[in-house]
Amino acid sequence: MSRLIAHLSRRYRFSASHRLHVDTLSPEQNRETFGKCNNPFGHGHNYVVQVTFSGPVDPATGMVTNLSDLDSFAQHEMLNLFDHANLNTLEPFLDCVSTTENLSVEIWRIFSSYPHAKLERVHIEETAKNSFDTFGGGAPSHR
Amino acid sequence: MILLTRKADFSAAHFYWNPAWSEEENERVFGKCANRQGHGHNYTLEVTVEGAIDPVSGFVGDLKQLKDIIEREVVSVYDHRHLNHEVPEFATTIPTTENIAIAIWRRLNGKIEHAKLHRVRVYEMPDLFADFYGEGA
Repeated sequence: MSRLIAHLSRRYRFSASHRLHVDTLSPEQNRETFGKCNNPFGHGHNYVVQVTFSGPVDPATGMVTNLSDLDSFAQHEMLNLFDHANLNTLEPFLDCVSTTENLSVEIWRIFSSYPHAKLERVHIEETAKNSFDTFGGGAPSHR
Repeated sequence: MILLTRKADFSAAHFYWNPAWSEEENERVFGKCANRQGHGHNYTLEVTVEGAIDPVSGFVGDLKQLKDIIEREVVSVYDHRHLNHEVPEFATTIPTTENIAIAIWRRLNGKIEHAKLHRVRVYEMPDLFADFYGEGA
């Protein structure tokens, strides 16, 4: 087959704790804004991160990208950092509240440097009911 | 315009092998998937079509007809088969998830009445899937 463009999506999981709190707000404002998520001791989630890449299908391998390369990248660049960690203690969240929106932006930054395919979408499920998507600052694709 | 998606399942065996390469190169690139005895998956197929709502029927496309086309063109050919050995398009093309999505697009495109094929999504596992939006996409 010729070099047609396909999209490949892979899901990863990590468990982490966080607390939604902003120092510039009063304790009452923090409780009012973030509710249960402002609990001083924090809480945690089993996060699911789904990344989508596009690219030409290499005729020699039949692949957009080799999954072993992508899994290795995800392990070293994302899972080793976030799994079983407190997000608020990590560098990206020292000056920014650890909402899943901000986590999406950070995970977009991480996977946008993957060298073998073009990042199209980062989708994060914080719980089974809450999910977030980022397309790298552009408008959401109709896809 | 409305998008309508129908799911189907098939279970099949496959392996990854490029005959232009040495055994060592195949094993280096494809890892466990290069085992020529094959291995298998429960695949899930999602076929999405797009179209306008028919004012009489209220349908974009006839779901029963779409189900029958998927069954005839894909499931009856792929299900409980060895993709490399028994499905013609994979005699010369490696049956990766990407290539399976492309092959299913080619099997379905042009055969669905009243609606246009929008996307073929193939899940090899719940945590891995490929999408194909057509030859010009």
